[in-house]
Amino acid sequence: MSRRVVVPVGFLAVVLIIAACESSPSPSPSAAASGTAAATPAPPPAGGRLALVQERGQLICGVNGGLPGFSFLDAATGDTTGFDADFCRAVAAAVLGDPTLVEFRTLNADARGPALQTGEVDVLIRNTTWTVSRDTDWGLFAPTTFYDGQGMMVRAADGIGSLADLEGATICVQTGTTTELNLADVFRSEGIDFTPLPFGEIEQTYSAYDEGSCDAVTSDRSQLVAQRTILGNPDDHVILDEVMSKEPLGPVVPLGDDEWFNVVKWVVFATFEAEERGITQDNVADMVGSDNPVIARLLGADGDLGLGLEADWAVSVISAVGNYGEIYDRNLGPGTPFDLDRGPNSLWTDGGLLYAPPYR
Amino acid sequence: MTQAGHPEHQHVAPPPWRDVRVLRVAVQMVVLLAVAIGIAYLINNLTTAMGERGLSFGYGFLDRRAGFEIGESPIPYSATDTYGQAFIVGLLNTLFVSAVGIVLATVLGVLVGVARLSPNWLLSKVAAGYVEVIRNTPLLVQLFVIYFAVLLQLPAVRDAIALPGSIFLNQRGLFVPGPQLGTTFGTWLVILGAGLAIAIAARAVAARREAAGRPSHRFGLLGALAFIGFAVGGWILVGEPPLTFDLPVPGRFNFSGGLALSTSFTALLAGLVIYTAAFIAEVVRGGIQAVRRGQLEAARALGLSEGDTLRLVVFPQALRVIVPPLTSQYLNLAKNSSLAIAVGYPDLFKVGTTMANQTGQPVPVIVLVMGTYLAISLATSLLMNLYNRRVQVLER
Repeated sequence: MSRRVVVPVGFLAVVLIIAACESSPSPSPSAAASGTAAATPAPPPAGGRLALVQERGQLICGVNGGLPGFSFLDAATGDTTGFDADFCRAVAAAVLGDPTLVEFRTLNADARGPALQTGEVDVLIRNTTWTVSRDTDWGLFAPTTFYDGQGMMVRAADGIGSLADLEGATICVQTGTTTELNLADVFRSEGIDFTPLPFGEIEQTYSAYDEGSCDAVTSDRSQLVAQRTILGNPDDHVILDEVMSKEPLGPVVPLGDDEWFNVVKWVVFATFEAEERGITQDNVADMVGSDNPVIARLLGADGDLGLGLEADWAVSVISAVGNYGEIYDRNLGPGTPFDLDRGPNSLWTDGGLLYAPPYR
Repeated sequence: MTQAGHPEHQHVAPPPWRDVRVLRVAVQMVVLLAVAIGIAYLINNLTTAMGERGLSFGYGFLDRRAGFEIGESPIPYSATDTYGQAFIVGLLNTLFVSAVGIVLATVLGVLVGVARLSPNWLLSKVAAGYVEVIRNTPLLVQLFVIYFAVLLQLPAVRDAIALPGSIFLNQRGLFVPGPQLGTTFGTWLVILGAGLAIAIAARAVAARREAAGRPSHRFGLLGALAFIGFAVGGWILVGEPPLTFDLPVPGRFNFSGGLALSTSFTALLAGLVIYTAAFIAEVVRGGIQAVRRGQLEAARALGLSEGDTLRLVVFPQALRVIVPPLTSQYLNLAKNSSLAIAVGYPDLFKVGTTMANQTGQPVPVIVLVMGTYLAISLATSLLMNLYNRRVQVLER
């Protein structure tokens, strides 16, 4: 055999042998058979993610960065504001005592899954829809903070009243989202012909729609409302009444760490419970010594209730960002350009879907 | 010890640690081993990390239902097809835009490269300006400019520019009549073939007569007339027209029917061609300038025109210098086509990232996408190297 064959082949053989010898027993044989990636719960980082975050002294939070109202990175000031951003601050307040100790990582729709799977972010609060495949592949979903649905935005001048009027239309959509899949499913089941125009970035999707490259753009209704405010002529566009799917949006934590999952989960529930009990950013300090045993327990009278945080973690959360209603009103409420109706995002006592289990 | 005057010498081999031949081989083996250990460490790191996080490595997802539509596809595809089929569609789209891009970029690059060496002052300065501006701006920025600032500013579908022959130009694309094959197409093709055979025979006779020095132009003309006659006659003879044209018809939102050249495809193609042509122009210019002046002067002395000099003397020699860097530019074009996702063209990379996202298995998908681009690049460079072997300088 000539040298030009022996050398590369020999090199490759040596590489594979060394790699095989060094590798610890990994679940590759069974994994190769199942392409359906039911990820087995992996051991958390040594000491758990909670300890890791406290040691680091900063929470790494994955956000959108380009969605006004939910998480929007203001290029001028460098601040990230929004509904999701406030929940990042809430978790930081609970774990580290200071809501400003957050590093916001803007993640594209395509990049958020791998960022979670590799543990690059501690928590992903990026208007992510809770689905069964994401629950098994990406991470554990904390309680839904925003119940949304998929909608369609069209130009008012086109005179489109319902989805059926979009026969033969071109529709802009962002890749890597449940939106893309729902669009195909709904339109096929209703027998409507259409052409999708996919874009990787959220900005290009809406730019192309604004310039007339497509007749409609589809996404979560909250996103459509938010993006409409930054289009050229917001009043030229209308969002159809039809809701194409259920889109429960909420925080996600990496798989395999139950302790960390509990922390994030109960921080979210604390905001629901605070609104239910009438605890606000202004009166939380006074409420600490309350006679009401439920409120006292929430605000730390019985310790941290096994979460591994400071006893008064809920006080830190509420004094940092307020209760759920205050977070909602500040970012999406009547005082903002979005003015979104609470709808299903109200407390269960008001007929909505927000329900916090008891704190005991 | 050698003895003076004795024809035979005693050769004593130096010890291994001073023997250059042994040292050479030993050092190479050590370096290869070090690189092998490095790569093995990386592979081991990947498999351990994936195992820790419970990520699996498998390609079973290729048989799962894709669930997303693809806007432009050369083969029939719907959301109920598998991920594997979606991947094939993306691959075909990438190959198509790369192939057309390579051809057009070469043509434009050669023209600009030659123009830059032209004695015409304006022409050479314009070409130089084009090359400098395009080479020094990022391709992504150029794509955005072409798509958003140029093509999307064309009139909307309703106000489309109508060109004669039922061709429509608007911001969604260029819509032309699409040929449809009728049932009699095969028969007509056969008649056409017969006409072509007669024309070729006539050309051969004409060439032979010309070599013998006898007048031959009538034969050439006869051949051409025969071909046209057969084509037209055949069309009428078969009764039903063999080719019908599907005209684009304006609908409520888009044009239906006909062939469509979408804005996304055009923007991507234009961006890739303009960008790569700037680099190819420089490669061509370098190749032409590498041809010795003596060749040009000799051609001039023989009375060859500028065009003939370029075509018969300069280019064949310049080609030897041009082909290897040209291969690199072709590979760059093929890989740059992955920016399609920025302008809405569904290429291999777009399908790949969607798959990685929806299946929750980014590592196998990324390996697959990388392997596919590697295969495309290797195939292209293989073909170019075969061509290079034919034109390269053969030293005696």
